[in-house]
Amino acid sequence: MARVVGLNGNYAIAYAVKAVDPDVIAAYPITPQTAIVEKLAEFIANGELDAEYIHVESEHSALSTVVGASATGARVFTATSSQGLGLMYEILFITSSLRLPVVMCLVTRAYSAPINIWCDHGDFMSAADTGWIQYMSTSNQEAYDAIIMAYKIAEDPRVLLPMMVSIDGFIQSHTIEPVALEDEEKVRKFVPKRLREIRLDPDKPVTIGALGDPDWYYEFKVQQQVALEGARKVFDEVVDAFAKEFGRRYGALEPYRVEDAEAILITMGSTAGTFKVAIDKARKEGAKVGMITLKLYRPFPRDDIVKLVSNAKVVAIAERDLFFGAAFPGYLFNDVATSLYLADVRVKLAGFIFGLGGRALRFAEAYDIVKKMWSYALGEAEVPTHPIFVGVRE
Amino acid sequence: MSESKLPGWKSLPIGAVILNPPTSLRYKTGTWRVFRPVIDQDKCIRCRLCWAHCPDGVIKELDKEYVTKDGKKYSVTYEIDYEYCKGCGICARVCPAKAITMVEEVA
Repeated sequence: MARVVGLNGNYAIAYAVKAVDPDVIAAYPITPQTAIVEKLAEFIANGELDAEYIHVESEHSALSTVVGASATGARVFTATSSQGLGLMYEILFITSSLRLPVVMCLVTRAYSAPINIWCDHGDFMSAADTGWIQYMSTSNQEAYDAIIMAYKIAEDPRVLLPMMVSIDGFIQSHTIEPVALEDEEKVRKFVPKRLREIRLDPDKPVTIGALGDPDWYYEFKVQQQVALEGARKVFDEVVDAFAKEFGRRYGALEPYRVEDAEAILITMGSTAGTFKVAIDKARKEGAKVGMITLKLYRPFPRDDIVKLVSNAKVVAIAERDLFFGAAFPGYLFNDVATSLYLADVRVKLAGFIFGLGGRALRFAEAYDIVKKMWSYALGEAEVPTHPIFVGVRE
Repeated sequence: MSESKLPGWKSLPIGAVILNPPTSLRYKTGTWRVFRPVIDQDKCIRCRLCWAHCPDGVIKELDKEYVTKDGKKYSVTYEIDYEYCKGCGICARVCPAKAITMVEEVA
């Protein structure tokens, strides 16, 4: 039976990792993630979890360590934030390129400088081109569930790619919410361990991580791209299986009041809850508005987005990152725009940037974004081609 | 190598795993060499330092007797595998007896 307890996001992640019975954990402390691996170390010290906990001197080594362990077929876990992810960067590519089903929790935090420990999605987005499956949760229950699903997705023989599950720094990581902890036997039955046939094994040697010269490299990159695109099918299957087994369903994205909406907001992360209330308020006042909370960022669910917004007049993208110097300086905006253009859907797009470095998005600001979006749909205001920086001082 | 005869992405094992190691033996890295280390068997004191330092493991320790000009008898002999020696010169640098000389390769 599931047991509902009050847990902050970090502990919810640690309990989920314990439930899947990992073999090797390596991590380096960084705020706001540290409590995840502290809790896991405590589980191991108490004899509640039988896993190797490898102390390392940096995040580069943390990810390298779990890469090595995963190559032998071990089930592994690591977690980090911000600068820690930055230090892992070269190994992020190696993990996905070696097709290792590493699962990582990223507790989102702004990149330096200036040094800032608070939430934004700059770190999450900076890994968008590294070949990982990326999932951004919006609640601690969802984070717990997503970790369990992540192992089933990543280790599926049709996928074999690493997966990153994020929770928002402090807003989730340090906030206590009720979380249903599932029976660990049941979880382990849901994500059974199976040794991959090809792994580092002295009795059956293979070479992993060799040179791939120009005659060979390109083919492996296409393989990776095809595998990442194909991971979506497995993701959907696992979502279904999880819903059947545990009664909670998550998708690649979550539409909210979009059926007849003429203006639709797309956002990610824990701020989705604030936007939902803003949508409700605007709806009460007669505005035909809705929203989509995007969960699965890689592979990007472009067909779902196209289907949901193709009848809208305006799509507003509200994101918590800055894509310096891009055609439009928001990662999500670029993905949405490309998706719509490829499908020949011509909807007006408005881009909002908010909450950098943990700047709170107040309800009035969220509501203002929704109202602006609606005024664009009514033709009362021109849709700006530049980003709107919400809540910044000029 | 003709590219068209190589397997495509659909049939290659994933993750660039090599299933029939060690394929590195096919790379005769000795062709990279500019200077060749030459061991003077009379000066060599059989300390094994070159063998320990060689980054490519191309110094062979052979159970081969050798008697020096001065009549000193050794039960082992060190030889270099020139098929793979890249000529880095580390062996010559670490040799305490200065028994290894780097000699320029001539085409």
